[in-house]
Amino acid sequence: MTDMTRSRKMQRSLVYNKLATGAFYALGALVVLLILWLLFTILSKGLPGLSLDFLLKLPEDMDAGGGIGPVLFNSFYILFLSLVISIPIGVGAGIYMAEYAPENRFTEVLRICVESLSSVPSIVFGMLGLAIFAEYFQIGLTILGGAVSLAFLNLPMLARVTEESVRAVPNDVKNASYALGMTKFQCIRTVVLPMALQGIITGICLVAGRAFGESAVILLTAGLSTSGEMWDFNLFSPGETLAVHLWYVQSEAIVEDAASIADRSAAVLVIIVLLINLLFRIPLWINNRKLKK
Amino acid sequence: MSTSPQQLAPDDRAIFAKPPGKERFSRYMRARMANRLFRYYFLFSILALCFVLGLVIFFIGKTALLTFSNISFKEFFFSFNWTPEEDHFGAAGIIVNTLTLTALTLLMAVPVAVGLAVLIAEIAPKWLKNVMRPVLDLLVGIPSIVYGYLGLTVLIPFLRRLSGENLGDGLLAAALVLALMVLPTICRISDEAISMVPKKYREAGYALGSTRLQVMMRVVIPAAGRGIVAAIIMGMTRAIGETMAVVMVIGNTAQLAKSLFTPASVLTSNIVMQISNVEFDSTWNYALHMMAFLLLVISFILILFIRYLGRKGSDKA
Repeated sequence: MTDMTRSRKMQRSLVYNKLATGAFYALGALVVLLILWLLFTILSKGLPGLSLDFLLKLPEDMDAGGGIGPVLFNSFYILFLSLVISIPIGVGAGIYMAEYAPENRFTEVLRICVESLSSVPSIVFGMLGLAIFAEYFQIGLTILGGAVSLAFLNLPMLARVTEESVRAVPNDVKNASYALGMTKFQCIRTVVLPMALQGIITGICLVAGRAFGESAVILLTAGLSTSGEMWDFNLFSPGETLAVHLWYVQSEAIVEDAASIADRSAAVLVIIVLLINLLFRIPLWINNRKLKK
Repeated sequence: MSTSPQQLAPDDRAIFAKPPGKERFSRYMRARMANRLFRYYFLFSILALCFVLGLVIFFIGKTALLTFSNISFKEFFFSFNWTPEEDHFGAAGIIVNTLTLTALTLLMAVPVAVGLAVLIAEIAPKWLKNVMRPVLDLLVGIPSIVYGYLGLTVLIPFLRRLSGENLGDGLLAAALVLALMVLPTICRISDEAISMVPKKYREAGYALGSTRLQVMMRVVIPAAGRGIVAAIIMGMTRAIGETMAVVMVIGNTAQLAKSLFTPASVLTSNIVMQISNVEFDSTWNYALHMMAFLLLVISFILILFIRYLGRKGSDKA
């Protein structure tokens, strides 16, 4: 087709097409730049002042130079407890939905329940925790309350990622295991779970990353203070986490170097979340490589 | 999987070590028992999940309904006067703010997110896809409190300079922060929906002499429309429920936002700012629970709407 035969409309369409392609690329470049700039801002503000001392020291109420030791510890402690509570139930629920659930109305109701639960705003879980632990059991704002409420928040997401990865296991393999005379549970334990493990672990990492940065739930259920000691494993002491500490420092603290603490806390928070998302998958990558060879 | 024979091996050896008949029987029984036990365990897990949902609805709803024993339905939903210290519990202004904020967020996020999804799914070469998707995931990974903190320390001073007003916080700041937060949600789900459109549709479009832009606008996007709408609604549920990022940039004043720079307050931010300071058995607390219940109802309706969209789509196909 030469230029002579192109109608004016055709030519216009071609120009539009070129312009639009350019515009889409520009949009993409803009967004990627924005994201990288965001990360750069967070890290460049926080990283220079970061030291091991800051990570382990107790926070100060009035003077400059306090650290984030106990809140960092609480963050990991609450995350660990909440995962211990939510993984068995969440993964179990996912397996039920993928392997056992019959196609009927009851399953439909269950599915609606899971989807509704995953749409509940995190602040509402915080209020639930407040109502159960502070009001009903009268134990106040504690690490235990925070961990359980956080576990509630994790449950639907865990169930969903487990269901997805279990569903992805090909039927042939399952049929082969049944042909060997396995019971359903033996098949799940020895065939389905090992194959779905990578997906499940990736999902758990995502959930853990989100839970680590979660603040609304913890603010309402574990409070705005710590017991003031490092390595406090008591389930009933107040459990301010790093994310909540960032909020506290930014909004209420009267420490001189509040801004600098906030900068550094934000950087630590982001780095840890990214590490949780990436680091735990490295063994899986290596494993995958081995399998491919 | 390579692990399974090794896992079975010790049990097999155990059979040979003992009298075969009896041991084989008990092993069979054990497998049957475990099978049944775990069946119940998995069922129990999913029921536990439903129980948590029940707990949420029960605890929030029970307290929420107490609101109307003290103040009238009309006052809560139609009065703009929220001054709990003087017993005025009109949530209308806060509800309207929530809706405005969500609309504003979507207005900014949807064009960018869908455009980005089109770029990733349709235009970009493979290597660019493999870069863009993880970069967007980075955005999901950043905790919401960090978004709020960035909004407070970077965005608000910027807005202040830009607008010349002495206050930067308000709906615009909150909407900008939220738009960035819902962007990856909308983008990834739309991306999936667009990638699911069968290739033959595109080929038919090209065969008629369309340019790529025409195929995208008139064939691919309409075909993926349902998925894109579902993506937008998922973004909406995130925007409505988001708390900490909003609370740091919106100004937290319970009034109807008359302009983009008026300090205002939405359902979530109002709850989180006030709930720690109120008595449990007070109308104030009941009213806050009513707001939470409202959030719940809105997100349930949105989720059911997504299901409805999905079902209609599968009927058609």
